Amino acid sequence: MTEFTPLQSLAGGLLIGFAAVALMATLGRIAGISGVVNGLLTLKLNQDWAWRAAFAAGMVLSPLVFLGLTGRLPEISVPSSPTLLIAGGFLIGAGVTFGSGCTSGHGVCGMSRLSIRSIVATLTFMATAGVTVFLIRHVIGG
Amino acid sequence: MLRVLSAFAIGLVFGTGILVSGMGNPAKVLNFFDVAGTWDPSLAFVMGGALVVTAIGYRLVFRMHEPLFATGFSLPTRQDLDMKLLGGSAVFGIGWGMSGFCPGGLVPVLGIGLGIGLTGPLLTAAAIAAGMLAARWTSRLVSSGQPASA
Repeated sequence: MTEFTPLQSLAGGLLIGFAAVALMATLGRIAGISGVVNGLLTLKLNQDWAWRAAFAAGMVLSPLVFLGLTGRLPEISVPSSPTLLIAGGFLIGAGVTFGSGCTSGHGVCGMSRLSIRSIVATLTFMATAGVTVFLIRHVIGG
Repeated sequence: MLRVLSAFAIGLVFGTGILVSGMGNPAKVLNFFDVAGTWDPSLAFVMGGALVVTAIGYRLVFRMHEPLFATGFSLPTRQDLDMKLLGGSAVFGIGWGMSGFCPGGLVPVLGIGLGIGLTGPLLTAAAIAAGMLAARWTSRLVSSGQPASA
């Protein structure tokens, strides 16, 4: 069980939205995390690499902001086995590369621009994630 | 320098938002999808809040002639639906449902993983990088010999 946290989750969502808007206002870029990470996996260390590396570094260090604000680290609980994490991670990496985006790029940035590709992509990955969790928890695991 | 500094600051805000929202906690993400079991609808509020702010904020930003520190907005323009988009998104969702991590949820948690020695996030990140490189090389193999696509 995890606790239902509508207000905290809403506050986090507002911050995510604010950051997405700020990235567009300053650098004119979509805040798609799979795109940022994919762009870091290169040996061409140019200007685009630099802003992506800075953005990712800010994200990696963000637990310190959380710690400063609340005096504790956020609760992170990883129910999946290492095998599921590795296999799942590989599918995530391949999927977001072929699908040109993930929850942030398609789900937030693209959907808010009413991009048809992003709306279809988001509905697709939400559906397959739901089916996967159902199969793992109630068919295979049950 | 302004570009790098603002990207860093915005990354801090984005990551903090992820951690406050619960998107970085795989147990919470998996429970969001487990409608038939221990359902936790919290993450609908993350998506709702982020979408409202971004939809309104983007409209205001696009009234600007240019971004503050760049020449022009870099926006995807494609409108067509193809199998790469659908298949890739379907595969991403399967991986998300297996691990409970999406890329945006994982990156801030990497910091915690490095800090307190949580191996799960690090394993997942390495596997995501491997999947990205594998997809890139597959695309190159498939498209070699054919005219380059847009």
